[in-house]
Amino acid sequence: MNAPSDTIAQYNFAYLDEQTKRMIRRAILKAIAIPGYQVPFASREMPMPYGWGTGGVQVTASIIGPDDVLKVIDQGADDTTNAVSIRAFFQKVAHVAVTTHTADATIVQTRHRIPEEPLKEGQVLVYQVPIPEPLRFLEPRETETRKMHALEEYGLMHVKLYEDIAQHGHIATTFAYPVKVEGRYVMDPSPTPKFDNPKMHMSRALQLFGAGREKRIYAVPPHTRVESLDFEDHPFEVQRFDEPCALCGGMDVYLDEVILDDQGGRMFVCSDTDHCEERRDAGHRGHLAGEDGPPSSISEGGTQ
Amino acid sequence: MTDEPLLRVRSVSKFYGNRIGCEDISFDLWPGEVLAVVGESGSGKTTLLNCLSTRLMPTSGSVAYRMRDNAFHDLYRMSEAERRMLMRTDWGFVHQNPADGLRMTVSAGANVGERLMAVGDRHYGRIRAAATDWLGRVEIAEDRIDDQPRAFSGGMRQRLQIARNLVTGPRLVFMDEPTGGLDVSVQARLLDLLRGLVHELGLSAIVVTHDLAVARLLSHRMIVMKDGHVVESGLTDRVLDDPQAPYTQLLVSSILQV
Repeated sequence: MNAPSDTIAQYNFAYLDEQTKRMIRRAILKAIAIPGYQVPFASREMPMPYGWGTGGVQVTASIIGPDDVLKVIDQGADDTTNAVSIRAFFQKVAHVAVTTHTADATIVQTRHRIPEEPLKEGQVLVYQVPIPEPLRFLEPRETETRKMHALEEYGLMHVKLYEDIAQHGHIATTFAYPVKVEGRYVMDPSPTPKFDNPKMHMSRALQLFGAGREKRIYAVPPHTRVESLDFEDHPFEVQRFDEPCALCGGMDVYLDEVILDDQGGRMFVCSDTDHCEERRDAGHRGHLAGEDGPPSSISEGGTQ
Repeated sequence: MTDEPLLRVRSVSKFYGNRIGCEDISFDLWPGEVLAVVGESGSGKTTLLNCLSTRLMPTSGSVAYRMRDNAFHDLYRMSEAERRMLMRTDWGFVHQNPADGLRMTVSAGANVGERLMAVGDRHYGRIRAAATDWLGRVEIAEDRIDDQPRAFSGGMRQRLQIARNLVTGPRLVFMDEPTGGLDVSVQARLLDLLRGLVHELGLSAIVVTHDLAVARLLSHRMIVMKDGHVVESGLTDRVLDDPQAPYTQLLVSSILQV
């Protein structure tokens, strides 16, 4: 596939060459076949620094087609630097349609959030992963962690949770909360808040994880069990918020804290900007939303 | 006690290239028995211990272990998964340097609880109760349970390592110079503790040491090694009181008298 003929073909469609895409697709297929298993792949250098989503971008570039509709979020927001740059990148190199509406997207590339709106069949969620190995900070040797995955020796993961309870009285891990996929592999769900962990369980969408610097791809196919690790007497719990979103009044969503002044003023707003807007368009109002009509552009979302 | 040994070692040899680590070692270890392996530095004690505990592959020979189902299994024919399972449930390994056997960056309680979690215990309260119990048995104060081993003295670390190994109720414990690097009064306490635990739990143990006093206090039987070979073996008191091989005579006569 080449870029449209009326422009000079500067890039192959979706930036990566076809052989590279084929290699990444093979890795993705293997990852889907073994849910939660980290498949090594020959990660390429991308025109962005490591840590900006080079893994996610390569996965997206390998699966995107001309008919796809792409949505990119960064911590839930469509309007932050990382999301805007990656969206612009794919507009430029693949000429695909982009959207900010979760329901309209066929591919959602995300940095550290899962959209509030439940994903549907046929959608693909691509995660940008900094460190794919959940055991890394407990066992620094890669040879040893691979062996532990192979032999299903996951006692060490509970040592971390034990330490949390011993020090804080409860499991204080709030992000990158380890999960067990389909009863076999322990997986790092990338640094998403643990609030999002239940959304991964039996999700109807395909979930792909790409770690560019660490050269690993892993996946959770649709309708797969994803269980958060816990203790019998300290079961897994998600974060709870005392107040609703200050703009849309939404409850049961993940909220960001925004500092308003240096007098201790703060507000809590939806981290998922698209969800917040749709609620405001539907007439929902939080206590700081103002009286005028619903904001028309995402720049007023105010998550920064 | 049954009339079958726990561990059956037959002609175990380990060569490092042309150099001998240990050669043609055979013995039986019986349930509840403590065997000391003594000899000078470089005599192959630790090589032998590592071969027996499957941390090192011997060049030739076989080691059969009687599992809880009373069947003998050749350790080197087991899958790695089975061996690792054995090492963290039915066996213990006490390193000379506690830092090698402990996780220095997690608390004492988690160190003791790790083996329980590794075999599938998922109840925090029970794990913590077991950890508290074991810290008490190795004479570590209960209020140190959330401290990291980094904050412990050498003797405490060694005792913590022992608790960590014994929490799953192993039947066989390997010890590599368990009292090395400790001062004599701490050594005496640790030996006292070890002797009590071994007796109370009916453990079998293989203790590698260069210190004949440790062998005398802990072990029932000993083998004396020199240059990778066994030069003498027998009941500890017999070997120490009536050494027969010239090397053993030399070794016994070189103990410092105070």
